[in-house]
Amino acid sequence: MPLDTKTTGFKYIGTRPDRPDGIDKVTGKARYGADAYAPGMLHGVMVRSPHAHAKIKNIDASKALALKGVKAVVTRADFPTGLEGEDWNIQENCMAGEVALYDGHAVAAVAATSLLLAREAAKLIEVDYEVLPHVTDVDEAMKPGAPAIRAGAADYSVPEGLHPNVMRYIEYGHGDLEAGFAAADLVMENTYKTEATHQGYIEPHACLAQLGADGKGEMWVCTQGHWFVRRMSAAALGIDVANLRVTPSEIGGGFGGKTTVFIEPVALALSRKAGKPVKMVMTRSEVLRATGPTSSSSIDVKMGMKKDGTMTAAKVTMRMQGGAFPMAPIDSALDCAFSCYNIPAVHHEGYDVLANRPKQAAYRAPGSPMAAFATESLVDEMCRALKLDPLKTRLQNASREGTKASFGPTFPRIGLVETLEAAIAHPHYAAPLGPNQGRGVASGYWMNWGGETSVSAALGEDGSVTVSVGTPDIGGSRASMALMAAEALGIPYENVRVNIADTGSLGVNEPTHGSRATYASGLATIEAVKQISTKLCQRAADKWGIPVEAVIWEDGSAKPSGPNAGEFPPLTIGELAAEMGGTGGPISGHFEATPSGHGGSFGTHIVDVEVDPETGYTSVLRYTVVQDAGKAIHPAYVEGQFQGGAAQGIGWALNEEYIYGADGRLQNTVFLDYRIPVASDLPMIDTVIVEVPNPGHPYGVRGVGETGITPPLPAVANAVHAAAGVRLRSLPMSPPRILAAIKAKG
Amino acid sequence: MVKVHLWSGLRRFTDGADVVEVRARTVGEMMKALVEAHPGLEPVIKAGVSVSVDGKLIARGLHEPVTDDSEVFLLRQLKGG
Repeated sequence: MPLDTKTTGFKYIGTRPDRPDGIDKVTGKARYGADAYAPGMLHGVMVRSPHAHAKIKNIDASKALALKGVKAVVTRADFPTGLEGEDWNIQENCMAGEVALYDGHAVAAVAATSLLLAREAAKLIEVDYEVLPHVTDVDEAMKPGAPAIRAGAADYSVPEGLHPNVMRYIEYGHGDLEAGFAAADLVMENTYKTEATHQGYIEPHACLAQLGADGKGEMWVCTQGHWFVRRMSAAALGIDVANLRVTPSEIGGGFGGKTTVFIEPVALALSRKAGKPVKMVMTRSEVLRATGPTSSSSIDVKMGMKKDGTMTAAKVTMRMQGGAFPMAPIDSALDCAFSCYNIPAVHHEGYDVLANRPKQAAYRAPGSPMAAFATESLVDEMCRALKLDPLKTRLQNASREGTKASFGPTFPRIGLVETLEAAIAHPHYAAPLGPNQGRGVASGYWMNWGGETSVSAALGEDGSVTVSVGTPDIGGSRASMALMAAEALGIPYENVRVNIADTGSLGVNEPTHGSRATYASGLATIEAVKQISTKLCQRAADKWGIPVEAVIWEDGSAKPSGPNAGEFPPLTIGELAAEMGGTGGPISGHFEATPSGHGGSFGTHIVDVEVDPETGYTSVLRYTVVQDAGKAIHPAYVEGQFQGGAAQGIGWALNEEYIYGADGRLQNTVFLDYRIPVASDLPMIDTVIVEVPNPGHPYGVRGVGETGITPPLPAVANAVHAAAGVRLRSLPMSPPRILAAIKAKG
Repeated sequence: MVKVHLWSGLRRFTDGADVVEVRARTVGEMMKALVEAHPGLEPVIKAGVSVSVDGKLIARGLHEPVTDDSEVFLLRQLKGG
């Protein structure tokens, strides 16, 4: 798709206006998922498996149904059969069939006239289980003798002889690996492990569902992508998508975890059975036990390097469990593993493995943080062994435009070199350190995404413009869309209102995921409002009696242009809009596409930590994020994405983990025990926005939402090593683990 | 002929080749030609793949042009958070 690109001379792009949804959000007026109400509404509660792996022999709901006020109970018997592939996986994850596959797996649900009553009724539903052997660790799940969770479900890619828990196998690479390692002065190989973490969004999943006996329904839901919710829920229930209208609420964080469904099809099933609207809101424990955390991983990395720092060869073998369902993100993890470097010989191997854990969901740059932890830790170890500067070594080997990427294609214009140069020049990199303090650096990559996108824009009678997009606003995207529309039309930011439209109002939109909202919905917004200015030029041309080719749109007005256009005073958007009813009728624009020019984003982080040798506690003293944004539409929200990614990555590195007991049950199901970083745990995170324009967007935008979580895991590990002299190759680096490593070192 | 680079795990469907040549003018024609020449690739393509043409990642643009000079990679389908 040819684009009229513009990368300089902006009037509105790059400014920092207040977000239009800000006042409602800070004054409590904004409506989130749990704020939806309907007349006659029931409350739904899930019954969940207390076992990691168990056959469901019988479900008796008679005692629950005998309670006054209990209106419906659903089990898997209330869902259609015959689904295949990912549709079946989603249905099975929302409501177990014959076997409960993990601790917290839903096995039944009840709807009642009050939440208290529904909770009481859920306790009265008797489920007869036959407990089965379980496995929760990825390496254990691949060993002979591990319980087979879904024997025979592996796809075409899995070679014979592997454990039936291996669902997919991937292998690829290029170059002569043997020759590459032979040419190296130093070859190092280590194994790294990361635990599963949760996105930790503050707002739990919530929805209000209404589905009639005629198969027509409506749902209000907290989600990153309501078209996904519609498609998945409709498939799970066997109804047509057009019969289900889904409206998104405001959203209190998602980070990838709200791109799928958990309670929504069940709420619809309860509503269909009870004949009433049903509201479901997850508790925090339910969120941690039964939504989608990340995969856990076990990774072998081997790299070769010359004395001068030149990388000669690299090999990675990655094992990831994604819960009791396939599709752990081994693909993207492998693609990102060596993406920062121009290495002549690379080889990747990956195993997607089942374990008795919840179905993994996306979390900011799915797979990339784990891969970066392994490869960027090893790069640091090699730089130390060869006494090389870690940032200059990265710069020496950095991928740039024209590099054959480790995953195959040739890179277009990218900005890794610029982030490394900015990091090297940053005062942070040369600042002095005190006792027990250390500095770590790391780089990271995410390829970003375009995705199905549909946007409409409508001109109001006073010249203001309403833009309807299908990507829920999580991090300030309304403001970014309004800025791009204002820039394209030459009208004030305040004259653009951006609405998040429901599934009945636009064509299919993928969620706000893949760092795509500002890129893809932004591109579509620009193209949609350009249709408005084109139509306004026609109205002006008609009024002046000149050809439309002799009219240009500039600074919010139609102006005559060219030698034969004649002399006419400009007509403003307000003047033209006021007359549009009499000059041809309403004016709107619409654009839909699956844009494919999303440019990847690279980042480089610097972190200083202090490790207490008595307790193993790590304090993060200073943190700097340097990342390529292409063009920062609203710099404050770009910085916010950088800071958020760093904060979550620090949590993943130092504290967060899913802790399973010997019984396969999750031990830390509340935020007191699942420790995410809070403001008092972190310094102010400094940011540097690098702008290497993406040629695939009219204003050069690259998505920025995901890359920021990739470098922190290895950067913090490298800093801990520098501070305490111990190399931790297993996350999280919690105080007891660091203390044990210090003691073991002696 | 368009040279299509496949990931190594697909070699068993293409008689050991990880680069195959097909006659095609668009991504859609290329996919069809791949399956005709190597039927074992059909479930792979049906399950969902991405195509990189000259560094641009194309998910579903079957009409996107390819030429004999294009750098074309068949890649696993990716998702973001």
